[in-house]
Amino acid sequence: MKKSSAKKRAPAKTSRSDFYQLRLYIAGHTPNSIAAIANLKKICEEKLQGKYRIEVVDLLEKPQLAKGDQIIAIPTLVRRLPPPVRKIIGNLSKTESVMVGLDLQPAR
Amino acid sequence: MPRTKSKVVRPSLAKAPTGIQGLDEVTGGGLPKGRVTLLCGSAGCGKSLLAMEFLVHGAVQYGEPGVCMDFEETEEKLAANVASLGFDLRELSKSKKLLVDYVSVERHEIAETGEYNLEGLFIRLGHAVKAIKAKRVVLDSIEALFSGLRDDTILRSELRRLFQWLEEHKLTAVVTGEAGEHTLTRHGLEEYIADCVIALDHRVTEQVSTRRLRIVKYRGTSHGTDEYPFLIDREGISVVPITSLTLAHKVSTDRISTGIPALDEMMEGKGFFCGSSVLVSGTAGTGKSSLAANFTGAACARGEDCLYFAFEESPSQILRNMRSVGIDLEPWVNRGLLHFHAMRPTSIGLEGHLAAIHKMIEKLRPSVVVIDPITNLVSPAGTYDVKSMLMRLVDFLKVEQITSMFTNLTFAGDPQARTAAAVSSLMDTWIVLRDSKLGGRSRRELYVLKSRGMAHSREPRELIVSERGIDLGGVLTDYNSSPTVAGLTRVVASE
Repeated sequence: MKKSSAKKRAPAKTSRSDFYQLRLYIAGHTPNSIAAIANLKKICEEKLQGKYRIEVVDLLEKPQLAKGDQIIAIPTLVRRLPPPVRKIIGNLSKTESVMVGLDLQPAR
Repeated sequence: MPRTKSKVVRPSLAKAPTGIQGLDEVTGGGLPKGRVTLLCGSAGCGKSLLAMEFLVHGAVQYGEPGVCMDFEETEEKLAANVASLGFDLRELSKSKKLLVDYVSVERHEIAETGEYNLEGLFIRLGHAVKAIKAKRVVLDSIEALFSGLRDDTILRSELRRLFQWLEEHKLTAVVTGEAGEHTLTRHGLEEYIADCVIALDHRVTEQVSTRRLRIVKYRGTSHGTDEYPFLIDREGISVVPITSLTLAHKVSTDRISTGIPALDEMMEGKGFFCGSSVLVSGTAGTGKSSLAANFTGAACARGEDCLYFAFEESPSQILRNMRSVGIDLEPWVNRGLLHFHAMRPTSIGLEGHLAAIHKMIEKLRPSVVVIDPITNLVSPAGTYDVKSMLMRLVDFLKVEQITSMFTNLTFAGDPQARTAAAVSSLMDTWIVLRDSKLGGRSRRELYVLKSRGMAHSREPRELIVSERGIDLGGVLTDYNSSPTVAGLTRVVASE
């Protein structure tokens, strides 16, 4: 299974403004990375069906990409669209925090 | 029974020179190679500058490329800062000698949702190190992570891992940390650094700032635990080492003229010893500066370089005043033999002055140094400070075999006279000047209170200052021996 640059596409038929372009930075297939990928997929399928795209970047393979998004922690999820850019770090196990971080749910 | 040879083999610790004047001396060659050094201090103490100099000098002078992970300043800002020291960061990064990676950690952009580590940082650092085959790394200031990330436990274990990583990769690293209230660094970084910790300090006492550097620990190296004053100027940092911890400097038997034949005559006909220190003390208007100027003039006439530190008057004022007493120093200035360096005593702290004096001397390597007067340095600081500063300076001058003359203004009955007494023990020769009124005639008197290692005349002479220069009169026979020590507190008769 190669996740490094595999892009999981979903049909992007909805309007641009509520389309979610997400990039998940990992470094090798560590338990946290695997958990983050699974957690992210689950949340997106539940909340953003059909209007999201996840790109997984493995920094072990593409270390030069870490600088651009100012990555220090692994895993880091970057919401590139819709603006503004948001960063969420951790294995995304706290679903509620992820939703808040992605603006899918208003902060309580 | 034959004595068994107990030979302890101590592999000397490899050092990475910083290229910073003085710092390599006090650390015995530089920072521990392949280890992590913590540099701590409050804001504005010069941490970043020192770290950056370490990196730039490494890249330029020692063939060790360096990576700077900067958590505070962007590449552009850093380039501007380094440019002020005369280094072109862009050129250095183009030639793959230096690489700057600006790491931005903004808490408000980051939400934390479960476990993570700082592998991203490791990968970035590793990538940068690999790209230019770096040998040196600066992390400035890694404490920014503490404000950006919430999970202290993760952060601390990751920092420990980071420092291990640096050592595993044999990188000589400098990590900076902000001073805490009761700890060396705000977040206790010192807990993770075992090899070398250097603290910088920037103190302001009585409106005068002084910068000091202290080596808190340096495993495997004997180091001074003193605070070393340091200076930041256009050329960066220079640290003033205590040059001789032992009194082991070579002494010279060569002699140097005082500039007045009659005064030479009082000292075995030969004058001062080369490399000795001379104190000229006296009340106002007794001719201290004239004596010093005459001494420098004579040295210049012999073709020797002189460095004149003026703390009271501007160079042009000194030149004009000295011309009026027949001492023309201007030709020597024009010929580049005499160098004036004038500054206000209160412009920088005592240590700052010491550092500045040090630096000038290192640069010019003169054979004669005059400090006129040391009294003005006393005012912003206590007597103890002055003594310790002068001790360092005198030691340094002696090691360098530079003959030095210090003038000291004393006031009749003033506690400042104690300063002269305090510093006099450091001096090899002490010449006392004073005013006296005898028989209604005012005159200046000179006598040699002490002069180590030579038979000298102790008889007072009249000091004659005229438009034809300065000279000594005959031995004063009507001299009344003063009841007080060294005549320092002799009360000048009022009109």
